[in-house]
Amino acid sequence: MKLRVNPILCDGYGHCAELLPELVELDEWGYPIMPREPVSRSLEPAVRHAVKMCPRLALSLEKRAR
Amino acid sequence: MTTRGEALRHVAVPAPDALPRLLAGVRDDRRPVSLAEHLDREGSPPVGRGGGAHAELIELVCASGLSGRGGGAFPTGQKLRAVAEQGRNPIVLVNGVEGELISSKDHVLLAQVPHLVLDGAAVAAAAIGAREAIVAIGAGLTRGYAAIETAIAEREHRRVDRVSFRLVRAPDRFVAGDETALVNFVDGGPAKPTFTPPRPYERGIRGIATLVQNVETVANLALLARFGPRWFRALGTAKEPGTVLVTLGGAVRRPGVYEIPLGLPLRELVVWAGGPSAPIRAYLIGGYFGTWVAAAEADALALLDSDLRTVGASLGARAIVALAETSCGIVETARVARYLADESAGQCGPCVRGLDAVATALAQLATGKQSQPRLQRWLENVSGRGACRHPDGAAHFIASALHVFADEAAQHAAGSCSGSDGPVLTVARKRRRVE
Repeated sequence: MKLRVNPILCDGYGHCAELLPELVELDEWGYPIMPREPVSRSLEPAVRHAVKMCPRLALSLEKRAR
Repeated sequence: MTTRGEALRHVAVPAPDALPRLLAGVRDDRRPVSLAEHLDREGSPPVGRGGGAHAELIELVCASGLSGRGGGAFPTGQKLRAVAEQGRNPIVLVNGVEGELISSKDHVLLAQVPHLVLDGAAVAAAAIGAREAIVAIGAGLTRGYAAIETAIAEREHRRVDRVSFRLVRAPDRFVAGDETALVNFVDGGPAKPTFTPPRPYERGIRGIATLVQNVETVANLALLARFGPRWFRALGTAKEPGTVLVTLGGAVRRPGVYEIPLGLPLRELVVWAGGPSAPIRAYLIGGYFGTWVAAAEADALALLDSDLRTVGASLGARAIVALAETSCGIVETARVARYLADESAGQCGPCVRGLDAVATALAQLATGKQSQPRLQRWLENVSGRGACRHPDGAAHFIASALHVFADEAAQHAAGSCSGSDGPVLTVARKRRRVE
């Protein structure tokens, strides 16, 4: 599973970086940089939570990289 | 004509190694070739009025090895198949936006051999079973638009095609040529890219599977369907067969659009264009998402993605500019960097903020004010972070300038510049020449 952000929807609220500090880092303008690697199974519940909490609904956990 | 009751007109197959192919029909006065003239030269359109999808056409395109001529170089046969597999009544969208300012090759085809483009669109439509083909043309390409408009009317009058054509004028913006942006626009939205998936081949115009193909790609289909894959492969290389149109500009004696066999040495193309008009410092290969290559390195290159890849370049939009020794690569790149930042669709934060910061840093470098230590990191950080490839392409282009013109950049940081020429790379959309 891969964590993706829809950059058109994202407004840089930064909730994802707060909730997933081990995966998401913010650039200097506050936009999230997504991890290149697939999300490990142990982190999946936390990632799903972050996906739900995004105020712009810009995050998704996708089965395969396209 | 293929109208019932009339005999099909066949012409002799042109010599497979003869050049030009796509531009063979162009008139001396550069006016658009009429339907009658076109049929006289090329023979009857390669598809009749029979319905349904034609898998054999897809097989033929696969066998030819034709790849997209818009910049992405995706295998055309594979794309046809992917759309055909989505179901019935897909749509063909011919991409004639040509948002790249230093390219005019698509406009040459639209304005001068419009029936070759429409034949090709009809072939694509027959291959996938489409009944509707939309031709979208950049607003600045007025001669191309007029030529296609007339050509469609000629064909409707003579009932040449099964597919029905629709002509759309697309905004003249750099990102409008992105296939998702174009689909979005044709659907009544802004000409801005959308988040993928779905890609247009899955869900495009009105949610229907849409085949988006560049003008030059479909023009190739018109010849391929007539003369076959073996003929097609007689020029170019085994892996990259056929010919491509290249727009060559800058310090050469006869700038313009040239049809070259893939694999032609860059040095040879410059000879075709009458040779350099001044000693060359570097070449920009592939348009504004392309790559700067130092002249010494570029001279030995073949115009072929597999060869260009060795210096980190690709044919991209097939626009090449020769930069004279008396021009400054940093100043040129800074001007284009600002243009590309301003041409962002404005949708994605990293592109809007990142490219703006990069362009500002380059402007400071160009004017010798200061160098920005974070520039390299910004360039790495914008790539892959937009909905489309705009930030990636811009960052690639700028990074190649900092590499090739490293000495010049150092000189700028010390307060001087070796360039004395006026601007070479245009950032203004003016009425483009059709040559």
